[in-house]
Amino acid sequence: MTVARGSRKTPSASKPARKTASGSRNATSVVGVDQANARHRAALLEAMLRIRRFEERCVELYSAAKIRGFVHLYIGEEAVAVGVSEALTPEDGVVSTYREHGHALARGIPAEAVMAEMYGKATGCSGGRGGSMHLFDASRRFYGGNAIVAGGIPLAAGLALADHMRARPHVTCCFFGDGAFAEGEFHETANLAALWGLPLLLVCENNLYAMGTALERHEAQTDLAMRAASYGMVAWAVDGMDVEAVESAARRAAGAIRAGAGPHFLELRTYRFRAHSMYDPDRYRDKAEVERWKARDPITRLTDRMREEGRLGERELARLEKQVAEEVDRAVEAAEQAPEEPVQDLLRHVTSAPPEGD
Amino acid sequence: MGAFTMPSLGADMDEGTLQEWLVRPGEQVRKGEAVAVVETAKSTLEVECFETGTVEELLVEPGTTVPVGTALALIAPFARAREARGEPDETVEKTPPRPKPRRTAPSSGTEAARAPTPTPARAHGHSEAGPLLRHLAERSGLDWAALHGSGPGGRVTRGDVERAAGGAARPPRIRATPLARRLAAELHVDLGSLTGTGTDGAVRAADVRSAAPGGATTPTPAHRAARPRTAEDRAFAMRQAIAALMTRANRDIPHYYLSTNVDMAAAMDWLHEHNRRSPVGERLLPAALLLKAAACAAREVPELNGFWVDGGFVPGDGVHLGVAVSLRGGGLVAPALHDADTLDLRQLMAGLKDLVVRARTGRLRGSDVSAPTITVTNLGDQGVETVYGVIYPPQVALVGFGRIVDRPSAVDGLLGVRPVVTATLSADHRATDGAVGARYLTAVDRLLQNPEQL
Amino acid sequence: MAAGRRPREAETTYREALREALREALRSDDRVFLMGEDVGRYGGCFGVSLGLLEEFGPERVRDTPLSESAFVGAGIGAALAGLRPIVEIMTVNFSLLALDQILNNAATLLHMSGGQLPVPLVIRMTTGAGRQLAAQHSHSLEGWYAHIPGIRVVAPATIDDARTMLAPALTDPDPVLIFEHGSLYNASGELDASAPPVGLDHAAVRRPGTDVSLIAYGGSLPKALDAADELATDGISAEVLDLRTLRPLDDAAIASSVARTHRAVVIDEAWRSGSLAAEVSARIAEDSFYELDAPVERVCSAEVPIPYARRLEEAALPQTADVVAAAHRAVG
Repeated sequence: MTVARGSRKTPSASKPARKTASGSRNATSVVGVDQANARHRAALLEAMLRIRRFEERCVELYSAAKIRGFVHLYIGEEAVAVGVSEALTPEDGVVSTYREHGHALARGIPAEAVMAEMYGKATGCSGGRGGSMHLFDASRRFYGGNAIVAGGIPLAAGLALADHMRARPHVTCCFFGDGAFAEGEFHETANLAALWGLPLLLVCENNLYAMGTALERHEAQTDLAMRAASYGMVAWAVDGMDVEAVESAARRAAGAIRAGAGPHFLELRTYRFRAHSMYDPDRYRDKAEVERWKARDPITRLTDRMREEGRLGERELARLEKQVAEEVDRAVEAAEQAPEEPVQDLLRHVTSAPPEGD
Repeated sequence: MGAFTMPSLGADMDEGTLQEWLVRPGEQVRKGEAVAVVETAKSTLEVECFETGTVEELLVEPGTTVPVGTALALIAPFARAREARGEPDETVEKTPPRPKPRRTAPSSGTEAARAPTPTPARAHGHSEAGPLLRHLAERSGLDWAALHGSGPGGRVTRGDVERAAGGAARPPRIRATPLARRLAAELHVDLGSLTGTGTDGAVRAADVRSAAPGGATTPTPAHRAARPRTAEDRAFAMRQAIAALMTRANRDIPHYYLSTNVDMAAAMDWLHEHNRRSPVGERLLPAALLLKAAACAAREVPELNGFWVDGGFVPGDGVHLGVAVSLRGGGLVAPALHDADTLDLRQLMAGLKDLVVRARTGRLRGSDVSAPTITVTNLGDQGVETVYGVIYPPQVALVGFGRIVDRPSAVDGLLGVRPVVTATLSADHRATDGAVGARYLTAVDRLLQNPEQL
Repeated sequence: MAAGRRPREAETTYREALREALREALRSDDRVFLMGEDVGRYGGCFGVSLGLLEEFGPERVRDTPLSESAFVGAGIGAALAGLRPIVEIMTVNFSLLALDQILNNAATLLHMSGGQLPVPLVIRMTTGAGRQLAAQHSHSLEGWYAHIPGIRVVAPATIDDARTMLAPALTDPDPVLIFEHGSLYNASGELDASAPPVGLDHAAVRRPGTDVSLIAYGGSLPKALDAADELATDGISAEVLDLRTLRPLDDAAIASSVARTHRAVVIDEAWRSGSLAAEVSARIAEDSFYELDAPVERVCSAEVPIPYARRLEEAALPQTADVVAAAHRAVG
């Protein structure tokens, strides 16, 4: 499952003793390890549930015209954002795409700030100027939803370049889709990052479709990890529907990057359960295929695994669901109540200088 | 009870056509299940509901196009789900009002449903016309609403305006630069009397300056330059301009003055009756009658309507009545009511209001200021009874009206109290003699005795 | 000039002035680095960065692959992460390969993020024709960039500006694009060491006059100054206004020059349709209409991809004689 390909440089083993969102993984006894693992899995589950329930509510709000614009849902791909984020520290940088609610929530941006942004409110994480496709949070080094396919990749290389030049031990993680493989900016940047040995983690969410065009209809060579490896970086493919596999791969890659092994590339094989943007007629894929992938739902997969191991009671699951539901409710309530950005401030933030007449 | 509504399925979707119901009343549905097929401008989609419960009622027939947010069906939650949560049974909401379908089409008739709504023919094609045509019509004294449009959709074309103007097209616009126009207005120089030295004979600033009284004058401070002009700057500039002009008038024009008292009883009676019958917006001021009389009299006595240029009299190309308007910040302008003798009283009143507003807000056009062929000053509303004015060169006459006052007056041998106004004439003796002036004041008097004909 | 010579440095060139400005920036702030195609070993395509690699090393004078989008984007990312990159793009025609990064990222990030992410980036590039480089190395597209809110566009036309505009560009919290006209690199003259520091906000009157304003920038400035000399022999006093900053335009300077002369000739090496000259002319019509004593004249390039042959290229570009003729038309 995690076969390294085309590896020119040998990544050093990742250090497992890193603080994560779910607490320390330091453990001194077998029992302690088991308990820590259980807690960690519960945290992974909670993070995925948060994204899933948040986005389900987005569908409802979009249908009620509370949210407008383009809204690209991540439902089905939650394991990728949650698993990769586990490998990142608060000092690391994240660059994302227009399908970034999951990345933003997994990065720790409060659901309230994200929902308010979807509502276009002043309290949104981009002050109502970005919307669903442009979530930002400088304090969490979350450099946004970039809505030009592959447009965020060069920028991520620059963030990594700054860390590299300043000898800071940070990783810049850049999410993009399989569609970005057809763009020059991916190839230019892969070459540049490998050439300069930048601390860049390239995370390709291969959900098999560039909008409505299937991978084999837009790429002559569909083995993406192999192609990334051709630039001289370590690259491998991972089951993107298994959050633990994703986390493990991301930790390994991030550890190697921090150790100075240069850029790494992960191809995460995943699938979006819903349309490209909110609603589409799904003319480009058949329902049987969608059902096959839904059977691999990353949330079901993790809960099943936890149940099998007797690590998840129904009461615990209900508690998590309730907690997440309340969080989403609060986010919606807050967004409803939040003030609009005043129209007089239209020209603010075009440049750093206050607009004329201020 | 929840309403399943027409969802918003895209950023550009305002309405959708319900193609097909996938559920029937009485069926149970779960949150997330597809319950209907909706056609939008872009595609046909299955849409899900956000309630779990029983379909109570379908409110919209297939083939109906409704706006986003319209209730399509009522879904009653399962009673047991409610009980399990220990919540009291809410009063079932009243059925929301049935949507009014904007248009209906048979469910198979997708083509019809997709066809764009034809744009209704515009009832008033006139309103499509651009400002230039309106401006032309206005200048030609045409009633816009009465124009017949021959263009597509009944639009008024330039040809329509010109035809309606009866070929009485005005002389071609004077070619002058914006700066020259501004200076001419400020220095009260008639652009039409100048020979332009610019490209194709365009009048330029230098031409205006050399024609200005006392030769070249310092131009007034720059308009909208880096530093905006202050009110004081403007007042100063205007005082300078008035000073120059009036000095020139008093120096160059040998004035003679005539005066007569005009009985206003008939005029005032007619006015009161007219105003009693008219809506507020169409009521007239006595000034409208006075101005109209002054204009018609100028047509009758054309020797007073025109200009003294290069030692000779040049008649005006119509009666463009200059109306002296005092400005709030001090100073005076006398813009023209074009073809005032041809305007009916309602038009004249409207034109007067428009001129005053534009004069006081600084929005006069160059043609307003340069066009007058004879000027009227009406100081009645400022309490004055008699005004002997100074002529605006190169015009040759100025008419003055004072306040309308009740005076003892003998009419047909009987003494009575009647409203009277003193009309005066200042005229250029180079152009006319007292007899012509007398004819003019007599005409004013006669006209005001027959107000219904004005 | 008043009595007493000002202290002046020795004669220098526009290219050396740019290099001196880069050197000063690299010395004074360790967050500053230069990157671009052949800026290091080669010394810069036009020799501007010659010698800087030896002084500052390959980390700070960084050769890039021929990947305009990647290295401009990397400049944006590095700026976001606290550095002060100076990105050199060889010519404005090549900058089109990075247009996505400049427009969709550099110019929009601050606004799109609700003010969280300023991009303190400087991008330098060569623009303009006149060296027989034909239709893919000769165009003047700075007007396109001047269309974009969120970035500042400057065009140093003098040796003093070449020397002094980089420092304020680096302290600007937002992206600044510097356009260097290819024909200026060899221009020589003395640097005025005592000149007060200049900002990036104002146009400059390079020669005062009373009869007509010649409004120019970048490579057209020398032509405008030559035209003013020639007009003076005909008794016409031409004022020459150097725009210096193309976005935001110094409206007050333009209006005040037109208020003095009442006639304007706008000189712009770009094509006339939809050009910066069109924008300047429109603003004159908006702000200074009642000052105009003649229609605004424009002298721009012929609407043709710039040709190779010398005679054709010269015919395509604004020349001093064209400026003189336009000024005569305006003055009448």
